[in-house]
Amino acid sequence: MSTKPKDDTDIAAGLLLMAAAGFFGWQSLGLEMGTSIRMGPGYFPMVLSGLLFILGAVILFKAFGRPDDEPFGRIAWRGILFILPAPIFFGLTVRGLGFVPALFITTLIASQASVRMRPLAALVLAVAVTVLATLVFSYGLGLPFRRFGPWLPL
Amino acid sequence: MDLLSNLALGFGVASSLANLAFCLIGVLLGTLIGVLPGIGATATIAMLLPITFQLEPVSSLIMLAGIYYGAQYGGSTTAILINMPGESSSAVTAIDGYQMARKGRAGTALAVAAIGSFFAGSVATFLVAIFAPPLTAIALEFGAAEYFSLMVMGLVMSVALAHGSVLKALAMVVLGLLLGMVGTDVYTGAPRFTLGMTQFADGLNFVAVAVGVFGIAEILRNLEDEHDREVMTRNITRLFPTRDEFRQMVGPVLRGTGVGSVLGILPGGGAILAAFASYTVEKKLSKHPEEFGKGALAGVAGPESANNAGAQTSFIPLLTLGIPANPVMALMIGAMIIQGIVPGPNVVSEQPELFWGIIASMWIGNLMLVVLNLPLIGLWVKLLTVPYYVLFPIIMAMCSIGVYSVNSNPYDLFAVAFFGLLGYVMSKLRCEPAPLLLGFVLGPLLEENLRRAMILSRGDPTTFVTRPISAGLLVLSLAILVLVFLPQIRKRRDEVFTESDA
Repeated sequence: MSTKPKDDTDIAAGLLLMAAAGFFGWQSLGLEMGTSIRMGPGYFPMVLSGLLFILGAVILFKAFGRPDDEPFGRIAWRGILFILPAPIFFGLTVRGLGFVPALFITTLIASQASVRMRPLAALVLAVAVTVLATLVFSYGLGLPFRRFGPWLPL
Repeated sequence: MDLLSNLALGFGVASSLANLAFCLIGVLLGTLIGVLPGIGATATIAMLLPITFQLEPVSSLIMLAGIYYGAQYGGSTTAILINMPGESSSAVTAIDGYQMARKGRAGTALAVAAIGSFFAGSVATFLVAIFAPPLTAIALEFGAAEYFSLMVMGLVMSVALAHGSVLKALAMVVLGLLLGMVGTDVYTGAPRFTLGMTQFADGLNFVAVAVGVFGIAEILRNLEDEHDREVMTRNITRLFPTRDEFRQMVGPVLRGTGVGSVLGILPGGGAILAAFASYTVEKKLSKHPEEFGKGALAGVAGPESANNAGAQTSFIPLLTLGIPANPVMALMIGAMIIQGIVPGPNVVSEQPELFWGIIASMWIGNLMLVVLNLPLIGLWVKLLTVPYYVLFPIIMAMCSIGVYSVNSNPYDLFAVAFFGLLGYVMSKLRCEPAPLLLGFVLGPLLEENLRRAMILSRGDPTTFVTRPISAGLLVLSLAILVLVFLPQIRKRRDEVFTESDA
């Protein structure tokens, strides 16, 4: 039913950029502007936010009246669902659980991002990665990580 | 003779057994990750960067130089064997390299790429050694206004060389600059854009941003479509070129080295431009231009040499001015700052071992590439057959450890996830991450120099155009921007990038 061609990718890009500009601009309002001789912490960010907003608006404006020659394509939902939480989990647990269990579970989570990974293969891979990484980083390079943290009843 | 004694100092530092070992490990690791399909040199370095932080400054930068060359070569290997260039500079190699591989000349293409790169790298190393010190002297004359204008030019260049829409690339630079502002303001100590989280008071962690925007986004992109790849492995029979092939590659390699060395010095991504320029030159000069795109030897030898020469000479603006010429150099600067070194003209006089050690290690890294990597090519090719779903969990684990090891801040890992998502969304919206990263690194420097210049000139903005060097740089940036927006040039630019994507 769409009557006029429009470039959806660029519409999304323009809107997102304008939103980002809005966020930075809004945050800059709370900072001191200063004068052009002594610029305050808010001066340069405010100028940049304005610039970004204009660029976003132009991208948005130009998106109408032109077809989207290269639409989004497939989106890696499964990847997003398992890859992104992996570092977050590591960050949350590396102190509490300790390096070894945190890394083991992190690898296990990340490995679930692929539809091709079998459960047993994931387990073997996670064990191998954990053992090797512990040997290399903890014993070899001597990084100051606790191997097993205080959350564990050891 | 200063040059020789300086180089001797450098080789003395770089060829200590430990540093040689780090360089070798760097080359091997760089190739290992770089050879993975879809992961370019920038992403490779971003992923491996944290490993080097535990070392001494000199060793860590030497290892990084090794990683850099390994990654570049790994990228070329992937481009030739499976037609999947990790980034635009090896995209040119893929055009003819892959065709050579399909004709059963994969070994020759790989060897030509390595030998051409080595020759170009050696020449360019000498150029860096010769030209860096005098340029340093000029750089010491630079005031805040000049630095500001030079950085503006670098950013404009990165926009001009980005794929796709110029407007989006500009927006990416500005967004990068803004992200660079996050943290405590240096002049007043006011926290900016931290949303009250004190963990971000020192700014966003550079490694977290780089790993997220390049590494994680790359992995997500590869997970979109898990299909089998066609690898040209069975065809690698003969590695070394015949005498006839050697004769064919001499001209392209020499010209590629020249083109690459000159363009590499330009801030904003000279190495990428170098490969394109060299390909065009060879096609124009060739007696058989119709062979290009169908497996021409010159189409591999020229761009590969130009690429490597440009990669080398792009160290000149980094080491003398402290201004990164491209995203890879931006990563190097990030590494230097984490090691407590402020890149700039003072490095040469204050830390000569570091400066000359890096220059010498560039050459050693190159040599190792040819001597050790070429015979190992069979192994790297095997790696291409390891399924991706086994590799990326390993990469994720390494990234997590690496980012955390920088300053043991769990918030850095949350930033990785955030910037991974941002990088993926950006790639879906056809926005290039490279200008963003360059903006992110230059943001604080740019602001500081702007504010200092304005204080020095008592608030008179004409200071940027009344000082001759600064004015010249700004005029040049403006000219580049105008050129990029001219319809005719824009069409040509689109053609060049489309050709490389094909």
